[in-house]
Amino acid sequence: MLEISNLCKTFNAGTINEVMSLQDVSLTIEDGSFVCVLGTNGSGKSTLLNAVAGTFLSDSGKITLNGKDITRWPEYKRASQIGRVFQNPFSGTAPGMSIGENLALAAKRGKPRGLGWGLPVSLFEELKSRVKVLNMGLEERLESPIGKLSGGQRQALTLLMSSWIKPDLLLLDEHTAALDPKTASKVIELTEKIITEGNLTTLMVTHSMQQAVSLGDRIIMMHQGQIKYDFRAEEKKRLKVADLLALFDELRRKDQIDNVVAELLMREYV
Amino acid sequence: MTLLIGSITIGLVLALLALGIFISFRIFDFPDITAEGSFTFGAAITASLIVAGVNPVAATAMAFIGGLVAGSATGLIHTQFKINPLLSGILVMTALYSINLHVMGKSNMPLLSQLTLFTWIENFSFSVSGKEAMIDLLGWSVSVRDLWVLVSCLLMIVVLSLILFWFFRTNIGTAMRATGDNDQMIRALGVNTNVMIVFGVALSNGFIALSGSMLAQFQGFADVQMGIGMMVWGLASVIIGEALINEKKLGLLIAGAVIGAVLFRLLVAIALRWGMNPNDLKLITAGFVFLALVLPGFMKKTRKIKLVR
Repeated sequence: MLEISNLCKTFNAGTINEVMSLQDVSLTIEDGSFVCVLGTNGSGKSTLLNAVAGTFLSDSGKITLNGKDITRWPEYKRASQIGRVFQNPFSGTAPGMSIGENLALAAKRGKPRGLGWGLPVSLFEELKSRVKVLNMGLEERLESPIGKLSGGQRQALTLLMSSWIKPDLLLLDEHTAALDPKTASKVIELTEKIITEGNLTTLMVTHSMQQAVSLGDRIIMMHQGQIKYDFRAEEKKRLKVADLLALFDELRRKDQIDNVVAELLMREYV
Repeated sequence: MTLLIGSITIGLVLALLALGIFISFRIFDFPDITAEGSFTFGAAITASLIVAGVNPVAATAMAFIGGLVAGSATGLIHTQFKINPLLSGILVMTALYSINLHVMGKSNMPLLSQLTLFTWIENFSFSVSGKEAMIDLLGWSVSVRDLWVLVSCLLMIVVLSLILFWFFRTNIGTAMRATGDNDQMIRALGVNTNVMIVFGVALSNGFIALSGSMLAQFQGFADVQMGIGMMVWGLASVIIGEALINEKKLGLLIAGAVIGAVLFRLLVAIALRWGMNPNDLKLITAGFVFLALVLPGFMKKTRKIKLVR
């Protein structure tokens, strides 16, 4: 279970570029829940994900994962509990190393690494059988460098790597955004399969409302660093793309009204 | 022929330097200029210990440890204080200049009448085949002593290369390679990349200091200036190796660095023999590395233009 309470993060504090990316965000995700995070650009959805992953430390608030307070843990330490897939398909794999070596690195996620072989022969059978599931013919190419593969293939492998050892929490950061539609749907299919089979607790940031509607059991909508809407269970099931679009419009209109009102007040009093 | 054998021997000694540069530059993508200081540091440590009567093996091992310490300093400055890699290296390199002078107590330390690793090899050779023994090698008359020195250096570099090859294929070694390849990815897999960087830069400088130590013993003196230009020298060796191998496989890259170091030393020896002014050596080396860095990109561009046409 992931518990986020009163999380705040401000970037470039005290400068003109100050951005309050997270404003007092609280969120609890139960075990086995698959949460989609939607939001406008700059709404703080990726920031929320990165705050949980430990890319930066939050200014205030608390993050607990399965009862452990991980608020002050560095990124690499949190990785022992958290699996991650990045937006950029090239971020999740080491291009100069072979497919096998990359997977073997993932097979040791969060575990101590010593002087044993990095890619032991005994691991080969498991590698092959698990890569075969991707249905991309990569099981015959374990020796070739991962940098030669397409973005879709690399993203599929990253997905496999992030869940090689069952993570307490899986973080997906718009992981299909950089792929062409066909590849994206293939990766989404795989995502769903891996999450259902492993019953993984998942937090997925997406900008595709279609994905949000069809995947997972909960939708969170963020705006200006805050969680504005939270749909669960039955409510979530009834939600359609059109409803989400309407909500987005509403949020945007509110913004505009705010600006107009501010201007009116300015004229009145300044 | 004696010149050739001598050049190859020095090339093999400098292959250690190339391996060190290969670790920092290629595996960690860390432009580590500490090399210039740690090369001399290794030489200074070994020279002063040998003069103090310490066993040459222990003196050489201490040079390696000294290199580890120098490299860790650079790595820690970079990772803990977030100082740019190049600047971290420059700081430690500059500090090492003074330290080296303190270690030796003067700017140049002769080792000619001292007992070094090479005098051991010499003595061994003399006891096996006599003092003035010559051997016929492809029609050339070669001193057996020189040949023994060459073979010992070759043996040493082969063993160390194999150890390096093994190490970079262990769990921790692959994590180190991944750190240089994609640090974001390996952090997400639970590796403390800062520790990896410190460890890698330390290992790199250990090899470089070992190279300096061996060179001092071979040429019979340590000099506070001997590290200048060594980073570019090592880089030139690594680049030649890569051009020869033209493959990204770890084992081949390590072998390439060693072969590159020997070839580069031979090229320099030939150029000097043809009357190149020794003062121009560093200028030409730098120019060579510049071209080697620029040409691949340039060639890709022209090829693309051709394709477009």
